[in-house]
Amino acid sequence: MSNKTSQKFVKNAVGRFVPEIVNGVRMIPFKGINKYVPQGQIASPPVRSCINYPADGNKIVRNLKEALKKSGLKSGMTISTHHHLRNGDGLTNVLFDTIKEMGVKNIRWFPSASFPVHDYLIKYLEDGTIHHIEGSMNGPLGRFASEGNMKGTGVLRSHGGRYRAIQDGEVHIDIAVIAAPCADFFGNANGVQGKSACGPLGFALGDSEYADKVIVVTDTLVEFPCVPWHIQGNNVDYVVEVDSLGDPSKIVSGTTQVTKSPDRILIAEYVARFVEEAGIMRDGFSFQAGAGGINLAFLLSLKERMKSKNIKARFIRGGSTRYLTEMLEGGLADYILDGQAFDMAGVQSLRDNPHHVNTSPFTSYNFHGKGNFASMLDVVVLGATEVDIHFNANVVTHSDGYLLHGIGGWQDCLFGQCTILAIPSFRDRVPIIVDRVTTLCAPGEMIDVVITERGIAINPLRQDLLSKVSKSTLPIREIRDTQNEVYEICGGKPDQPNISNSDVVSVVQWVDGTTIDAIHRIEK
Amino acid sequence: MAKAKSVKAVSAGRIGENVRSDCHVQLTILNKGGISIDLRSKVESMYGNSIRSLIKEVLEMLGILNATVAIEDRGAVPFVMAARLEAAAKRALPELKESFLPKTKTVLKKNAIDRLRRTRLYLPGNEPHYFLNAGLHKPDCVILDLEDSVAPAEKDTARILVRNALTSVIFGNAERMVRINQFPLGIKDLQAVIPYNVETVLIPKCESAAHVREVEEEIKKICAQHNIRRTVFLLPIIESALGVERGFEIATASTSTCALAIGLEDYTADIGVERTKEGKESLFARSAVINAAKAAGIQALDSVFSDVNDDTGLKHSVLEAKGIGFEGKGCIHPRQIKIIHDAFSPTSSEVEYAQRVIAASNEAQKSGSGVVALGSKMIDPPVVKRANRILSLAKLQSGEQKDYVK
Repeated sequence: MSNKTSQKFVKNAVGRFVPEIVNGVRMIPFKGINKYVPQGQIASPPVRSCINYPADGNKIVRNLKEALKKSGLKSGMTISTHHHLRNGDGLTNVLFDTIKEMGVKNIRWFPSASFPVHDYLIKYLEDGTIHHIEGSMNGPLGRFASEGNMKGTGVLRSHGGRYRAIQDGEVHIDIAVIAAPCADFFGNANGVQGKSACGPLGFALGDSEYADKVIVVTDTLVEFPCVPWHIQGNNVDYVVEVDSLGDPSKIVSGTTQVTKSPDRILIAEYVARFVEEAGIMRDGFSFQAGAGGINLAFLLSLKERMKSKNIKARFIRGGSTRYLTEMLEGGLADYILDGQAFDMAGVQSLRDNPHHVNTSPFTSYNFHGKGNFASMLDVVVLGATEVDIHFNANVVTHSDGYLLHGIGGWQDCLFGQCTILAIPSFRDRVPIIVDRVTTLCAPGEMIDVVITERGIAINPLRQDLLSKVSKSTLPIREIRDTQNEVYEICGGKPDQPNISNSDVVSVVQWVDGTTIDAIHRIEK
Repeated sequence: MAKAKSVKAVSAGRIGENVRSDCHVQLTILNKGGISIDLRSKVESMYGNSIRSLIKEVLEMLGILNATVAIEDRGAVPFVMAARLEAAAKRALPELKESFLPKTKTVLKKNAIDRLRRTRLYLPGNEPHYFLNAGLHKPDCVILDLEDSVAPAEKDTARILVRNALTSVIFGNAERMVRINQFPLGIKDLQAVIPYNVETVLIPKCESAAHVREVEEEIKKICAQHNIRRTVFLLPIIESALGVERGFEIATASTSTCALAIGLEDYTADIGVERTKEGKESLFARSAVINAAKAAGIQALDSVFSDVNDDTGLKHSVLEAKGIGFEGKGCIHPRQIKIIHDAFSPTSSEVEYAQRVIAASNEAQKSGSGVVALGSKMIDPPVVKRANRILSLAKLQSGEQKDYVK
């Protein structure tokens, strides 16, 4: 695997300087929204034939090492994992222990996201077992990468961008290792049964279809057939049974908690009022919901508003929680189209309620799909780490330049009909509304409304929204105005972080695979 | 400048994982060597330079030329950090007279003695995290508390912090109140805060007219020194059986008194009973305070409702308070504000009746008649006044306070 990321930069369509060669691969600089239309054929895995698999359907092998050996693991390969087990994931760390034990090096790890539990893998980045990560890098892992300690260059993609990269061959997965809370010996698997139940398994779907080799690892092996099968056994090479996939209490929380912060509740109230007063909340509408503190408080407020106006949503895209399932059960929505479950109520509802539907990044976000659900949403409410006065937003780095979050479905959701960033205007003296974002993850034209505790800023491109709330008593104000106030409180314009001009630790892709920004090494 | 007797480290501020928007300062005053700063800050890369120059500026203003300063910063904004440093300096040099005052951003409008005081939000005086956004929740009043929410050992630091907050924080349209300690500590409180945009002073555990006058005299003295012409209002809090007995005397002790409030935690302790949610044990005291206030022509304000998570209980408590004559309630959390405002807002039948009264009153004025009549009923002037108040309250409620933002 090539180490090389060029230190020559080209200016892309949003004015950011990005390398054209990343880990030895040519990447196209961002050209503008909907300006780049990829061509060619969808990638495909090698031809396989049923005669090469056991006729009795039993694909069980002794252990993970055996499965990796049979899959032909060797140095320089790309290994993918999914993040449905969140911070309770016990498998990925064991996977890399095994890879290390087998003496294999320079793996490109391609997770759909990483969590604090994966800080354990820093030692494998240090000893060269892992070459680099293409997926989110947070906490100590983010710190490690930000300080330039990773051999290769990270690549950050949205969930839809990840599916796209698999489909157009930008990333070829050699071996997909899929943690499955429930599976049979054939490889059919789901996430709604078993002691490690996590909800949908959609983030592993593309991996199961496009990887050369697919290994399903389960701690609840049931007799064939495992129903429902979120992962089809027909795509699976080997099945491994283990005692435990991880810590169930960290996979889903017993219950998700709404924020108690009065400032965040205020933001959530403004969001719900905006959605109502802009006329978005109408019979048959749709929205995206997450599990962040502001998002849950928004849901509670929206729910009361829908009830009092007797309004029913056609569908809600989750991140499901008990707040969503209560709305479904209470007749406030026809369907939940669910990409991941954050609490047990979400898991149970997905298992038992036919109106709570399992979805994947293919249905919801995929750039190479013939459409996707995200763009059909009437309103999406998202967070951000920074927003600038032109509505450009950052979701991956902190203002000090360190990697902080993955992109998740954030970029994909920006294609919704009305995109709202619900964020505090500053956090403990860190301005969130700034005059230039540290990392640009989405151009301002994609963001319609920024709602903080200090008021609501509507993108001037959305005159239609502005006129809809022109009579409202909501605190509508210009974003520059809020930014001035925030600088005043925090003590002036913040200094830029001390970062390298040359060394890139990670690039950020737009959903179409072009490079929208580069993240540079922090000079300590 | 004053000289430190010995080289000893003093500190001020708060430290710990859960501390936010605050910092801890350790100061060692030396005889030579200039200023050296050891800063550990969450915002080093953004504001490290600006923090260092602020520290130098503050020390220079205080006349300290040689010192080491160790700061553990958890996102303190400039006025907070300046307050912590000044507090440490004053602990090291008790005779130090100079202060470092942030530039003020507040221009006070003329305050009305009978303005709305439906909600008064208590802000613990030594916890700056709660100051910055308090005004956004639109309480009618904010109380920067130097009394019960501040530990005895921190009275000095809180006083400086509150003074700086009064110069630096925008509290929206909220009336700016400070709750002071008992004298003689309270005198220091008044000296520190009165020059900086305090609209109303809360007098806790008030038991006599003399107590009110004592505070009033002190305020007058400070205002004269600083050439302040506006009236600082007084709000005595009655928190004892004796205070209740002397309610009218207290209410009429000064023309600056805008309202009487009752504090039920201390009152119930004083009469030796437990405080209950339904409040039967304090009905007499509350009614007595209401009656004293109304007899004096001022407002009567109820105590706080302490269970932050019981929204329904709070609502009932406000409706009950409104029903017996209170016009406001204390808040210990911003989430209580909207519930209280809603509960104090006039019902539709109240509004409708008020509109009819005002229409009749206008009609009577037009026709030059001194007598207002509604149907066959005569309407007295206080009824017209109450009708006006109900209508302005209703207007305020429906307008959802857009103008508060800036």
